[in-house]
Amino acid sequence: MDWSPVWISLATSVTATLIVMVVGLAAAAWRERHNGPVMALVDGLFLLPLVLPPTVVGFFLLLLFGRHGPLGKLLLRFGQTVVFSWPATVIAAAVVSFPLMYLTARAALEQVDPHFLQAARTLGASEWRVFREVALPLAWPGILAGTILSFARALGEFGATLMLAGNIPGKTATIPIAIYFAVEADDVQHALAWCAVDMTISLSLLAALYYWTHARGPARWVRR
Amino acid sequence: MALEVQIAKELPDFTLDVNFRAESGAPLSILGPSGAGKTMLLRCIAGLERPDRGRIVLDDRVLFDSERKVRIPARSRRLGLLFQHHALFPHRTALQNIAFGVRNLSRADQEKRITEVVRRTHLAGLEQRYPRELSGGEQQRVALARALAIEPGALLLDEPLSALDAHLRSQIEARLQETFAEYRRPTLLVTHNIEEAYRLCDQLLVLSRGRIAACGPKEEIFKRPPSLEVARLTGCKNFSKVKALSADTEGATVEATDWGCQLRIAHPLDRAAYVGIRAHHVDFEEAAIPGASTENTFPCWLVRSSETPFRTTLFLKLQEPPAGDSPEFHLQAEVFKEKWERFRDQPMPWHVRLSPALLFLMPK
Repeated sequence: MDWSPVWISLATSVTATLIVMVVGLAAAAWRERHNGPVMALVDGLFLLPLVLPPTVVGFFLLLLFGRHGPLGKLLLRFGQTVVFSWPATVIAAAVVSFPLMYLTARAALEQVDPHFLQAARTLGASEWRVFREVALPLAWPGILAGTILSFARALGEFGATLMLAGNIPGKTATIPIAIYFAVEADDVQHALAWCAVDMTISLSLLAALYYWTHARGPARWVRR
Repeated sequence: MALEVQIAKELPDFTLDVNFRAESGAPLSILGPSGAGKTMLLRCIAGLERPDRGRIVLDDRVLFDSERKVRIPARSRRLGLLFQHHALFPHRTALQNIAFGVRNLSRADQEKRITEVVRRTHLAGLEQRYPRELSGGEQQRVALARALAIEPGALLLDEPLSALDAHLRSQIEARLQETFAEYRRPTLLVTHNIEEAYRLCDQLLVLSRGRIAACGPKEEIFKRPPSLEVARLTGCKNFSKVKALSADTEGATVEATDWGCQLRIAHPLDRAAYVGIRAHHVDFEEAAIPGASTENTFPCWLVRSSETPFRTTLFLKLQEPPAGDSPEFHLQAEVFKEKWERFRDQPMPWHVRLSPALLFLMPK
């Protein structure tokens, strides 16, 4: 049996999640400091990948990274093409899972009592230190939840990936794509095996999420 | 060394507009009802809010000047701000909380600074605890230690005792007094508790809807409130409109129209519109002494009484007995329980005496 879809899916999801964690957190922190009517539009833009059909997202990405797209042209100058390569699976998964990270991180940061941040400022801390040593640790459970949700979403990504990365076995064929083509080829055994792997990973992740945010929550910050 | 504050800021309901000076070694209480702008004032000084205009100067350091476009950020002001609910970082131990502000010092200096404040705030042994493992009073001391560790140029305390139980308060109050005496930098204490303000500070600033209603040594403000509003805000319960009758070198005689009596007062008349007396200054003549002065002494009847653990408040009607069940009264008198027990069974009318020296006059 060909296990390559599992490794491709895991590599794609881990990479996409790491990217989304940094970018989503930065976007959430940046957004927290800015307000105004324009920001509502920014919010809408950030959340769009969550509500658009993945095929639409994939199509836009194809236009952007394609031979004649602005980013595609730029990359071509350095001799790189993204479409139908492994990085394309990462880009598709990252874009689609970004809203989940952004939303959860923002909610988590907003819930931090502003008095803690103000106290840190009066004690001489720079804004970076306030964020890293006060806001981030206090918002950590929420940020972790966002990370797990993003990972789960990245793992399940299908539509945009197919549009941008296609189905190249051993290169861009992730679990969901492999399942689709296995079913299409009447290969039920493979489809079932990959379904089982996918469900196992997703279920463990969601259970871990519940454990981190609920079961462990109240016990924190007490001497052991 | 002093903190000079002269700022204005538009708030939703009124304008905060103040101008005062707090000297080193003379803690200043900012007293006012909830929503008078007290906390906002502290936050402006600490740099957490931006005043619309004005100047804030600590010693020679300009912290804020709207005309010269100076606005030092909160992190560079080096002021010790104590938040109402302490705002201790829950994910850091007491020690890590205290050390938060001194990270830029050398290791040896950090240690010296921390040992010193831990000793001064009596926190030895609690360093490794997390805030949620500390009692309210201990949390308050950690917050104080954390603020003192940065050797702040001034100390700003926002209702430091309001989150504590009654039995802890007096203990913490004593500690705070100790700290104020040792610290000797400009100190502002925001409170809505009159007794707390009086016990902890020498200087008093009464704030009402964003304006300074009175500012000066506490004894003077309590003895002769400059206005009806200040008298009320400092806890005075008894007021009457007055009509001036005569004035001489030793004082004045007025008619207290709301109380229906003539009063001798040992203060100059000025532009008096009201007379007042504090409830615990209303005195009772327990037995008529033949030949004693009857100045400012009036018959009175008890309308109702209300008891606290050690004192009784009496609501009195002057000159004539209350009509039926009418709750109307003229004066509130506060007496110790022991005294109340002695004369509660005596036949009415009793006699109150309003001492000319304790009565005060106020302009409108």
